[in-house]
Amino acid sequence: MLDFLSEYDVLGAFWGTVQLTFYSAVGSLIWGTVLAAMRVAPAPIMRAFGTGYVNIVRNIPLTVIIIGCSLGLSDTLGLVLAKQGSPTSLADNGFWLAVLGLVAYTATFVCESLRSGINTVPVGQAEASRALGLGFTQTLTIVVLPQAFRSVVAPLASVLIALTKNTTVASAIGVAEASLLMAEMVENESDALLLVFATFALGFVALTLPTGLLLGALAKKVAVKR
Amino acid sequence: MRFSKGLRIGAAVAALAVLAACGGGKSGGGGDNLVEKAKSSKKLVIGVKIDQNGLGLKTPDGKFVGFDIDVAKYIAKELGVEESGLTFVEAQSSQRESMIKKGDVDFIAATYSITDKRKEEVSFAGPYLLPGQDLLVRADDNSITGPESLNGKNLCSVKGSTSAQAVKDKFANQAQLKEYGGYSECLTGVENKALDAVSTDDSILAGLSAANPGKFKLVGKPFTKERIGVGLKKGDTVGRDAINKALEKMYADGSWKASLEKHLGPSGYKIPSPPEITEK
Repeated sequence: MLDFLSEYDVLGAFWGTVQLTFYSAVGSLIWGTVLAAMRVAPAPIMRAFGTGYVNIVRNIPLTVIIIGCSLGLSDTLGLVLAKQGSPTSLADNGFWLAVLGLVAYTATFVCESLRSGINTVPVGQAEASRALGLGFTQTLTIVVLPQAFRSVVAPLASVLIALTKNTTVASAIGVAEASLLMAEMVENESDALLLVFATFALGFVALTLPTGLLLGALAKKVAVKR
Repeated sequence: MRFSKGLRIGAAVAALAVLAACGGGKSGGGGDNLVEKAKSSKKLVIGVKIDQNGLGLKTPDGKFVGFDIDVAKYIAKELGVEESGLTFVEAQSSQRESMIKKGDVDFIAATYSITDKRKEEVSFAGPYLLPGQDLLVRADDNSITGPESLNGKNLCSVKGSTSAQAVKDKFANQAQLKEYGGYSECLTGVENKALDAVSTDDSILAGLSAANPGKFKLVGKPFTKERIGVGLKKGDTVGRDAINKALEKMYADGSWKASLEKHLGPSGYKIPSPPEITEK
């Protein structure tokens, strides 16, 4: 009954999902941290930019962002993110455009989680560090953020799980990942549709369940006991 | 007592919803084959594409136009159902078999390729069109003259489709493939020279080209053969024979050719002679 699976590279497709998730997660963690720093910065213009960016990008559907990256930035404006002339330049370009879109979108959620973490750090901590003569950047990176990160591991795990599933949107611009292969299998295996869906549902659960459990355990371990 | 009253109303609503859902699954009473049903109820539900220029398109004012639609209307007329008794519903590619099996539609005319795998689930009448996979390029691009001149070119097709798979199988070493959710997205890339050609059935390409006059041209060298048929409930041989008869009449009285010319002709698509009915 499952013999049709051997005709397809299901593992390869999920490897594409994992890669997409990995690069997007790293990117959005960095960009999200920068955004969170902006939102608590003393300079009003930085706060305004952070608030504006988060509220605009967070409310645009991801499909629109991803297709906008590909149709708008790449096809119309000619943005190239991969080495030209290589035999896979088109696919590579699509991959990095999808990462760009996913980072831009997911960073807003990382930023908001992190900001709630910053709010759990008692005000006295920041006041004390200022009294010791630390500047804003030092206060943030040495005192506040390390404590904030420890308290938001669990919410960030939720963001990571959501990101893993959101990578399926990248199939809208033809990035080789799980849901693109699913579209192909739905076309060919019309007699086993439910089985195809079940296979991919199971694949995603297999990816996200351990993520949740691992990060959940980590969250317990590193949480700041107050 | 407020709660129990609320609960009772809720239960009644839920029960009604379930009944309605069950009722919706069946397409009315009447005989168990298409001909009987058309005769007794004078109504038919037909699955079509709603987003393909020239073949099956729902216009903003709610009308359905295209070659597939014309074929469906002609068949319905031959079965004795007036246009007022027809309901068109969208049949997405991945749902066509289950729509027929559940009885949501009476038959489907939606660029439906006849394949052995699908024949295990549904019956086919026809074929009524034999498109082949072709290339659509910018009108001023003369560098692509056929499948043999694709070296280093960027092609585009709809993700997961048979056409996309054919490109991957045949041209993997020469050309790269971009997969989008729809053909209109492919056209944007081709127009802006980020991509070089769209590849799928020539009938679909002709419809796209006809909708954007002067911008694109068909290469006109098909490299595959598809067979487009009408899908209906498995085992309904009476219905299938009736549809085949309607199709032959449509070939004979010239309305088949007229419809193709009207919907796909403006693109320079070469109107073929009607295909032989093989699904008997």
